[in-house]
Amino acid sequence: MSAFVLNNSRLIYRWKVSTIRRGKNVQVDNVKLLDRFSGRKLVGTLYLTATHLIFVDAQGRRETWILHMHMGQVEKLTMTAEGCPLLIRCKNFLCLTFNVPRERECQDIYLSLLEFSRPAEINKLYAFNYTSNENLEKTYGWDMFDLQSEFMRMGAPNEHWVITNLNAQYELCDTYPSLLYVPATATTPVLVGSSKFRSRGRLPVLSYMHGENHATLTRCSQPLSGFSARCVEDEQMLQAILRANPGSHYMYVVDTRPKINAMVNKAQGKGYENESFYSNMKFQFLGIENIHVMRASLQKLIELSELKKPSMNDFLNRLEGCGWLKHIAAVIDTSAFIARAISEGTSVLVHCSDGWDRTAQTCSLAGIMLDPYYRTMQGFQALIEKEWLAFGHKFTDRCGLLESVEVKETSPVFTQFLECVWQMMQQFPCAFQFNERFLLTIHDHIYSCQFGTFIGNCEKDRLDLRLSERTYSLWGYLSLHSTEYLNPLYKKTYEIKQPVIIPNPSPQSIRYWRGMYNRFESGIHPREAVFDIISAAKDHSVSLEDHVLLLEKRVTQICKLLGKSEEAIQRKLQGHVSMDSIEGYLSGHIGDSPSAGPNAATTIYTNHKTGPFDKTPEPVEMVPLTSKGSFDSEAQLDCAKGASISGSLNHIKSDSESGFDEASSQLSRSGGVDELTGGGGMVRSPSSDTLTVEQLLAELKTVAIGWKSFRNVFSCSCASPFDHYVKKFHCWKCGQVFCVRCIARSIPLPGHYHRRPVPVCKPCYREVRRSPSTEFPLS
Amino acid sequence: MFQRNTSQAIFHCCETENEGKAKIEPFVNMLLEKFQAAFYPEQHLALDEMVVGWTGKWKYTQNNPNDITLRYPFFFRPMFDVIENGWQAFSAETEFNRFKECQEDWRISYVNKDYKVCPTYPHAVFVPKNIEDETIIKAAAFRQGGRFPVLSYYHKDSKTVMMRSSQPLSGPSGKRCKEDERLVNSVMGMGKRGFIVDTRAQGVAKMAQSKGGGFELEAHYPQWRRIHQPIERRTSFHDSLIKMIEACNDSSSSMDKWLSKLESSNWLSHVKDILTSSCVVAQSMDKERVSVLVHGSEGTDTTLLVSSLAQIILDHDCRAVTGFEALIEREWIQAGHPFRTRCNKSAYAITKHRQESPVFLLFIDCVWQIWQQFPCSFEFNEKFLLTLFQHSYSSQFGTFLCNNERERLHCKLADRSVSLWSYLNRMEILQDFMNPMYEPNPAVVWPSVAPQSLTIWTGLYLRGVINQAPQEEAWKEIYKIREYDQELKSKVNKLRRQLASLEREAISQGVVSPPSQKAVAPSGDGVDNVAAAAPSEGL
Repeated sequence: MSAFVLNNSRLIYRWKVSTIRRGKNVQVDNVKLLDRFSGRKLVGTLYLTATHLIFVDAQGRRETWILHMHMGQVEKLTMTAEGCPLLIRCKNFLCLTFNVPRERECQDIYLSLLEFSRPAEINKLYAFNYTSNENLEKTYGWDMFDLQSEFMRMGAPNEHWVITNLNAQYELCDTYPSLLYVPATATTPVLVGSSKFRSRGRLPVLSYMHGENHATLTRCSQPLSGFSARCVEDEQMLQAILRANPGSHYMYVVDTRPKINAMVNKAQGKGYENESFYSNMKFQFLGIENIHVMRASLQKLIELSELKKPSMNDFLNRLEGCGWLKHIAAVIDTSAFIARAISEGTSVLVHCSDGWDRTAQTCSLAGIMLDPYYRTMQGFQALIEKEWLAFGHKFTDRCGLLESVEVKETSPVFTQFLECVWQMMQQFPCAFQFNERFLLTIHDHIYSCQFGTFIGNCEKDRLDLRLSERTYSLWGYLSLHSTEYLNPLYKKTYEIKQPVIIPNPSPQSIRYWRGMYNRFESGIHPREAVFDIISAAKDHSVSLEDHVLLLEKRVTQICKLLGKSEEAIQRKLQGHVSMDSIEGYLSGHIGDSPSAGPNAATTIYTNHKTGPFDKTPEPVEMVPLTSKGSFDSEAQLDCAKGASISGSLNHIKSDSESGFDEASSQLSRSGGVDELTGGGGMVRSPSSDTLTVEQLLAELKTVAIGWKSFRNVFSCSCASPFDHYVKKFHCWKCGQVFCVRCIARSIPLPGHYHRRPVPVCKPCYREVRRSPSTEFPLS
Repeated sequence: MFQRNTSQAIFHCCETENEGKAKIEPFVNMLLEKFQAAFYPEQHLALDEMVVGWTGKWKYTQNNPNDITLRYPFFFRPMFDVIENGWQAFSAETEFNRFKECQEDWRISYVNKDYKVCPTYPHAVFVPKNIEDETIIKAAAFRQGGRFPVLSYYHKDSKTVMMRSSQPLSGPSGKRCKEDERLVNSVMGMGKRGFIVDTRAQGVAKMAQSKGGGFELEAHYPQWRRIHQPIERRTSFHDSLIKMIEACNDSSSSMDKWLSKLESSNWLSHVKDILTSSCVVAQSMDKERVSVLVHGSEGTDTTLLVSSLAQIILDHDCRAVTGFEALIEREWIQAGHPFRTRCNKSAYAITKHRQESPVFLLFIDCVWQIWQQFPCSFEFNEKFLLTLFQHSYSSQFGTFLCNNERERLHCKLADRSVSLWSYLNRMEILQDFMNPMYEPNPAVVWPSVAPQSLTIWTGLYLRGVINQAPQEEAWKEIYKIREYDQELKSKVNKLRRQLASLEREAISQGVVSPPSQKAVAPSGDGVDNVAAAAPSEGL
């Protein structure tokens, strides 16, 4: 199960819906979980909570958590000898069958799930009860994106485009945002008239402006033209949009529907623009099917993905039959058409029927093709905010979140959009800042309702529900976990070299997305995740880079102490290893030789202990500090603070050349020691002789040179298993592999020059906190 | 570049008179040099006519004279110094060392040294130690083409063997051959069982029986269980390929048409069948710990596919460059896969020639399928596979010429042409074929054969339709990241050593305070040991 589910549910065992809400325990033993593919059965206990259905196998090794909100379809199948099978299909394409021993229990669970998975009213959605146990503020993320700054980024308003506040109270169009960008030459009567002539008042407004040539993408809904109606204001509106792009003398009006669908709409008084009324417009029908076709297609695709051991031809045959890839290709083709036109300097007006499904898909995809910003993590979120949330894609309806939503209103429109983005990522592996996991996480949360971001059908709904006060924002969660979603191959140079990417239109380049539709069958995915390994390699390089800086610094320092020439120092830094250094290495002083370690080192040091120079007191002082590991962290923090103050007071740079924080850190540490040992007033003179080998050793120990390979790591130390889509993390100190919950802390490591907080595991965290070297100020 | 006729004319003149050949030879070599400087094999411009076929623009059949000694490799002179002669790189004796753990029970037999017992086998084969050459000769007579059961692979982990042969000639009357039974049974001790994996469907095997071929009857081989793992007949592969390539090249077709054409080509079905059979063999050996005998009918096509892929799955050594070359040499070239007749024309050429069949291409394709499921377990990259495929159809090297060792000896191939391995196994060439993600993986790799996991090999079949540049860019980036990480690692190690020596020096001079014993000791336990152990495992 994905991590978010595990994170966020307090176990409240209850029975029957009414009692469950009041807090009673529900637990059914001896339930069998059937594995669809291997045919194996796991026996365990099923728990029903207010938010999740949880299955724990008898050995307690594996927990399966299913969020009620994710359940798309719950079916009670006919009783068998083994019990009563309960089939659960989730909206994130997880499909499970439980065998409940007694029929009555099964019926109870079934009825409870039905009610839980589709609440009757919007205030019962998960987001309104959810509290994060992470370090996440409720307000965090809600103000990350606003429409105005996004348009500002594109250069609007400008001489051709202005903001109108006609919709400030949503009176012009209640499914549009309150701020609308319209051509400067369009007068209020034109806007109002055009709005009246468009289905649901969705008049043509600015959606995207291409930086280079000022060609624009505008969107609206279908005109209420019927068989003969015309509207002069609407015609003027389109002319105003055309004139707003002085670079072109014509523009495209893209109707994303097949022409036949548009014609059928005419009978209902809607339809499409009559070409003879609009001059200098090129009309284009582009054949994306409607939401009902898409819903049926997905249904067939799910059947396909659930086939048990299909033959190759059966699979391909059904893949063709379900038509899903055909629809994906159609969406990409249409978007590519729009993007191409705009990149060539022609403005495009896009609409479908109501202008919130296909229009949202194609406008946002065209944006991704045109603007590199939308291929970054932040930009992608801004794009969703703009094209989907602000312009009123009906998430609550399309996702079927509420009991009241009719089946014919649901449709996988947003899923298709994410898939199109994925298809483009396949074709341009270096062009996107985010990875597949990012898309899947967003997809999960469209349905989970854990965050308020996607609740409601339009901006007005969301304001009315006061979501930003009552719920968490997905953007906040994503930014907290951003390291999980980075594409390690992302090349920023793409923005300059190839800002516009148009995907290949051939059917051969469209793939079945097993990562989405067969996501929970670990067996069929590549067993070695190149992207995660590369991500880890990049992190590893960052760690070592910083460590190299520190090492170079220390080498220089010691060289200076020894009075070596600048030239000799440079030579040392280049890595000319002299004989005695190799000897030192072999004797196991430091270095990465595992067996040598501190014991060998100590023997060397003890030899020197009685050396001619009396420098021993300090290490002796160190002893109480390291052994006294148990005092609480508050006190430690205070010490650190005090240390840094005393450090800055006595700040005398012994090292003028580099400006490194060595002197101050030395001081502060001694200050810290003073405070701890209670021997105040013993401030040592900040000369070079305070450099200790211990400190060096401690520093080296905190940076792992090699990180453990992901291969053969199947579970975290906390026993939670890693499946294909769970991100594995390295502890930067010990180099072991952990899950997100075991690594959720960051701390600066003494072995890093810049002392930036980096992720470490819990034991390492405690150790670093305890160790004296953390008390150096981080400069 | 020449028109076909021109080049034919040139070759024609060397055909008729010998001195003409001498005249033309420097010219051909000169041209070659120029072309090699001007064209990279990746570009569609390359001299390689096979590549022309792939782009789908032309349908020339390749200009391959029937007399094999007139082919290009015989005129090719290397532009590089041969460091390691590829002709001698994988001799039977060195290969036998791979299986040294089983040398108590197996031996090299030279019974076929003049290629009389089996014309398609090499002069040296591995047979059970307790079977004399006379028995083998008799057993060979019972197998089609004389291809008696020989050792193909010894799996150390489970101490089981894989053998391969051709079908037994049991015929409609159910003949038997005591010597063959002895040979097959000698593999196992008393009471043990083994599997005979027949790569044909039961019906096909029965049909073969009526034509004089057949299968091992349980009554005569009581220790063996026969499993049918049907792979389509070799003859259907070529049709599949032509259909699949045609579907791939039709970039303007609709999604429905593409999918239905892909389906009707059956290419991916073949891939799935072959991988399934190979997995069954590997599973029997590794999980069920039984020995396996693999055969189809002739034992030169589907048999080799299964036996070689099972080794890729089981043996990490075969996933390294040299091991993979050895595997191809052992299981394909020396095992007598008839490259000359199977890869005579271009892979794409429409031909009536029934012997033509992309068996080796299927092998490369299947390896690629495993490769993309385990991208870190192979030492070589995709380009290496592409290169091998290209050379199997059209090459300046003699490695894939001729049908078997006998023919190669007859043509004096080793003396008169250059081996592909001589060319490949040089640092400057090999580094181009290295997989930056490689981390040696001693485990058995179990590929998924679910249809969702198997895909059309874009880099080969669709490179004319889909621009491969973004993928290549991605791999370059991967290479860069890994390289940089390695560099940093060695730099850190160097600096740490440097620091260690300086510290010693500093302590001895007293400018730095040495540590107290107590302060150092506590840190030696717990996590630090792990940290210290970690570097050896690498990233």
